[in-house]
Amino acid sequence: MSTLPPSTPSELSLDDLKNLVGDCLEEARRQGATGSEVGLSIESGLSVSARLGEVETVEHHRSRGLGLTAYLGQRKGSASTSDLSPKAMKETVEAALRIARYAAEDPCAGLPDPELLAQDCENLDLYYPWPILPQEAMALAIRCEDAARGVHPDIRNSEGAALNTFEGIRVMGNSLGFLHGYASSRHSLSVSVIGERDDQMQRDDWWTVARDARDLQAAEAVGQEAAQRALRRLGARSLSTRQCPVIFAADIASSLLGHFIGAIRGGNLYRKSSFLLDYLGKPVFPDFVHIEEQPHLLKALGSVPYDAEGVRTTPHHLVRAGVLESYVLSTYSARKLGMRSTGNAGGVHNLIIEPGPDNLEGLMKTMGTGLLITELMGQGVNLLTGDYSRGAQGFWVEQGIIQHPVEEITIAGNLKDMFQGLVAIGNDVDLRGNTRTGSILLEQLTIAGN
Amino acid sequence: MTLDAQTIAHEVLLTPTGLAPSDLDGVMQQLLRPGIDTADIYLQATRFESWGLEDGIVKEGSHSIDHGVGIRAVSGEKTGFAYSDDMTLPALLEAAGSARAIAHQGQEGRQEIKTETPRVELYLPIDPIDSLCEVDKIALLKRLDSESRALDPRVEQVFVSLSGSHEVILVMGQDGALHHDVRPLVRLNVSVIVEHEGRREQGSYGGGGRTDYRYFLDGDRASEYAREAVRQALVNLDAEEAPAGSMTVVLGSGWPGILLHEAIGHGLEGDFNRKGTSAFSGRVGEKVASPLCTVVDDGTLPGRRGSLTIDDEGTPTTSTTLIENGILKGYMQDKLNARLMGVSPTGNGRRESYQHLPMPRMTNTYMLAGPHDPEEIIRSVKKGLYARNFGGGQVDITSGKFVFSASEAYLIENGQLTRPIKGATLIGNGPDVLTRVSMVGNDLAFDTGVGTCGKDGQSVPVGVGQPTLKVDSLTVGGTRVQD
Repeated sequence: MSTLPPSTPSELSLDDLKNLVGDCLEEARRQGATGSEVGLSIESGLSVSARLGEVETVEHHRSRGLGLTAYLGQRKGSASTSDLSPKAMKETVEAALRIARYAAEDPCAGLPDPELLAQDCENLDLYYPWPILPQEAMALAIRCEDAARGVHPDIRNSEGAALNTFEGIRVMGNSLGFLHGYASSRHSLSVSVIGERDDQMQRDDWWTVARDARDLQAAEAVGQEAAQRALRRLGARSLSTRQCPVIFAADIASSLLGHFIGAIRGGNLYRKSSFLLDYLGKPVFPDFVHIEEQPHLLKALGSVPYDAEGVRTTPHHLVRAGVLESYVLSTYSARKLGMRSTGNAGGVHNLIIEPGPDNLEGLMKTMGTGLLITELMGQGVNLLTGDYSRGAQGFWVEQGIIQHPVEEITIAGNLKDMFQGLVAIGNDVDLRGNTRTGSILLEQLTIAGN
Repeated sequence: MTLDAQTIAHEVLLTPTGLAPSDLDGVMQQLLRPGIDTADIYLQATRFESWGLEDGIVKEGSHSIDHGVGIRAVSGEKTGFAYSDDMTLPALLEAAGSARAIAHQGQEGRQEIKTETPRVELYLPIDPIDSLCEVDKIALLKRLDSESRALDPRVEQVFVSLSGSHEVILVMGQDGALHHDVRPLVRLNVSVIVEHEGRREQGSYGGGGRTDYRYFLDGDRASEYAREAVRQALVNLDAEEAPAGSMTVVLGSGWPGILLHEAIGHGLEGDFNRKGTSAFSGRVGEKVASPLCTVVDDGTLPGRRGSLTIDDEGTPTTSTTLIENGILKGYMQDKLNARLMGVSPTGNGRRESYQHLPMPRMTNTYMLAGPHDPEEIIRSVKKGLYARNFGGGQVDITSGKFVFSASEAYLIENGQLTRPIKGATLIGNGPDVLTRVSMVGNDLAFDTGVGTCGKDGQSVPVGVGQPTLKVDSLTVGGTRVQD
């Protein structure tokens, strides 16, 4: 594994891309747009997969894309292209303006408030290119899978291991004078293996991801974790239908926070399609719950200096002492609600729920008897009503001790009750994604089984 | 007068960059070095547009153009792949160089088994984006908005979306034959939110296919989408808590066929079976369903969303029998997995775009009609659930466990539909759920053209269908624990 100090991806420099964005903004102005916004990205990468000790695929990625939103007063149109030639750029502007001419006047449409735009582009330490050769990547993927397969003879098959490395530059500009860009990288290693015992097959996986390859978990550790996870599922059976407390393991607890964010996102609020309408300033969670957005953490996977519209991002609380303090708003949804953008066009950036004092074992002891959920299936979540019903897998727990693996059950409840019924948050925080949470213990859900 | 598909494909993909078919031959010769068993060159150009209405106005639209070439070289079970959005000869040669580097691994391959399926055109080579003028597109959206609102005073919000795409491909296999396809696709959707006494519920309905926008103006079709969206939303206003536990479930005809897609379809894709990672691996010839069940994957239905004249490897699509009278018959194959398993490709090699590798995917997956009257099926249930509409689903192909989520469902009590219940997820085990099918309706219907299937991060349009089905026991994920 070799790494080089941060630099910029070759081929097209940041300045070249800024010039292209400037050209596109100028073309839009020339064609009569009263305002415009342009995003341009280039990305390159390598994906290598190996299965049963042999290389399976080697994929070389290289892509480019330009997206434009053009305004004619309060009318808006968007267009995108993968072709960055002057001719394609001109046609893209024409396509966006053609749509704008037919779109209706919308009083809330338009570029962000100028005073909310980021003044500069803070360096958040997101770019660590990894010039790994295909042969080295293959060797690493094979080592990872070998480690998984070597854990136990019951690991009899594999879906393979994959190494992915991507780097790119994204530049944004608008006709208010905003023009910034930065490079970033993302590397990951994952493996999925299958355990087999008594005619039952169970698959599970593990993965590691980082901006900097030196921060990846060791290949062997990733493999061993995947194998242990597949093995512990062997012998799974259903449960009888019941109501009981439930723990969402840290790596899937983030989905609960995802539903919370969905319900306080501006688009769902102004469309009145959220179960958390008019909750600003009111308790959504118990008083020990604090949720914040930390968009400027160095090297973090969700970090951005500004949002998808160029609005500066700022660390802030969404929930303090259980009370909802902020919605998640873009410029448009904020105007629809008579509010100001929270810098969340494109989503939230590093969402963090404050961990409690206990690890997963401690949470299981607190729970006593109940279900530890380690995998969820399906999309049975209704953000309009909060109704929640999903397939699940996990472990039955009695007196704080795992009894046996569980499968072919569903869990159901209503998210509003689930949030209010949050009992504890673990300190076993999963740092791999855009959401950082420990395991979460809920008071009660309905389990449907055999 | 429309141009023929082949002329369109050459004009869109070759003419602008000055590429000739002989240039592609040259690239193919570069690819087919010693150690490479098969290779293909895939050129694609896609144009897409969408329009959206909310708050009674068409407030946005978008348009995108994407084109490029994907080059693949296969050596044994190893695949090298590179793509470029630059469709010039030097870019193709560079991508070919990257892709064929896989051959250094060297391995003995197997011969490809050819298919003799004739090519049948399943749709016209039209560009749907130009089939209506912008004024008429907007008028359609606004009409559906006012029709939805006029249906019931409880309708609070209406969202209408219209999208169309025009995809042109050329694919050359190692035999040098150049296959073309021009694929139109349109989709229209109406979603509403209704409100009554402080309670809000939603309903959504739509459709589409490989045709142009005038399809929606045909008869009453678009208005029917609006009526159906409003009807579903109003039903849900009265829905009670869903029961939890194992019970008899009657599935409606049409889109509930997502059961087949999740429970058995994915498990019968060739790649999982070659690797032995599917719960159906090695089970051809075994009984996996009741004798009432015959299930096919058929890419040859004219104009349907999941249909393709040729797949993304140039193989004409076919109708593949997956289960016949309860017995597992075969798998869906792309070229790679067919070759490695020593069988013929079935025209199921699909890819999201030139930036992705093909793999075995479903087209239109459905169950043939059976002998029973749907009314009789419901009458036969003393206590159970009737699920008429569904959202999405998911499967773990290794354990066989699958879920799909009902969005409109009713309690059946003493053979009658009584009360509507809230949406709930249903969970089952793929290899045995169909063994519990005890009645199959005579009312085979297909979905209206709304399905999108995701696998390994790649999305492709698909279709499903089934008659009304009775499953003697399936786990229903409601909140109400029964006594």
